[in-house]
Amino acid sequence: MDQQAVLFLIIATFTGLSAIAVLVSQNIVRAAVWLLFTLAGTAGVFFLLGADFVAATQLIIYVGGILVLVVFGVMLTAQGPFITMKVGAAEWVIASFVGLLLLGVLVTSLVGAFNFRTPSPEMTSAEKSLSSAELGQVFLGLEGVTPETNLTGLPEGARPAPRQRVSYLLPFEIVSVHLLVVLIGAAYLARAKRRRGAIS
Amino acid sequence: MIPVGLDSYLVLGAVLFVCGALCMAMKRNAIGVLMGVELVLNGANINFVAFARYNRTFQIEGQVFALFVIVMAAAEAAIALAIVLNFYNNHLTVDVDTAEELKG
Repeated sequence: MDQQAVLFLIIATFTGLSAIAVLVSQNIVRAAVWLLFTLAGTAGVFFLLGADFVAATQLIIYVGGILVLVVFGVMLTAQGPFITMKVGAAEWVIASFVGLLLLGVLVTSLVGAFNFRTPSPEMTSAEKSLSSAELGQVFLGLEGVTPETNLTGLPEGARPAPRQRVSYLLPFEIVSVHLLVVLIGAAYLARAKRRRGAIS
Repeated sequence: MIPVGLDSYLVLGAVLFVCGALCMAMKRNAIGVLMGVELVLNGANINFVAFARYNRTFQIEGQVFALFVIVMAAAEAAIALAIVLNFYNNHLTVDVDTAEELKG
């Protein structure tokens, strides 16, 4: 067994068990801590897949940003009875049945459905994997970064279709403006309201 | 021993997705529901990055879409927590079972 398989097994077990612990823990504060481990494990999976920039972004935004937000939400709303909210045993039985059914459907339809099961040989070496500079060039709209390959997933015997050259400048701008609008909206929604007649 | 390939990553993403979906359905705390959404988005992100690694056609798209999903998740978490805080200020509870003002 090679090094990557061992690392994947360790990180995947850690991530999956943490996700299950988020589900089963009744205490909301403990669920937040297990969510932290899940997000960090996901970042490890991204590092293992050679997506360094995405993994770093995951660590900074998710673990550093969103989780702090969630913890603050927990603290601001943590009044005795809301920290642990019990779920009935019948709901547990139904939920585990539905969950196992959904997982079974997903796994049986996923496994073996794709024929590109091993990384293409030119992507196994580290210097050929996507660097953050290339990612930035795609966001800037420079052409010539996207790989020149034929599209996969076509039916047997179809004429191979070359891939279009694309850039992601416009979606990047849209998503940045969207983030600005959302943050203004969130600040407006969560502002402290003065009660009428209260001393300002 | 099954060799680690694309399928292993897809199964891990499916596990995270199912956990998140059940979390959304079962938790009575509104912030617990939000954690379920984060888990679902993480499962989808693992799939994106795994496809970026294993299919050369999506080498760039996989990572770009994963970054977009992360930004969207940040926006969604901010707005959802604002709504939860507003609901808590008005009703003094975060139990989603009591949020039935809009029920028909």
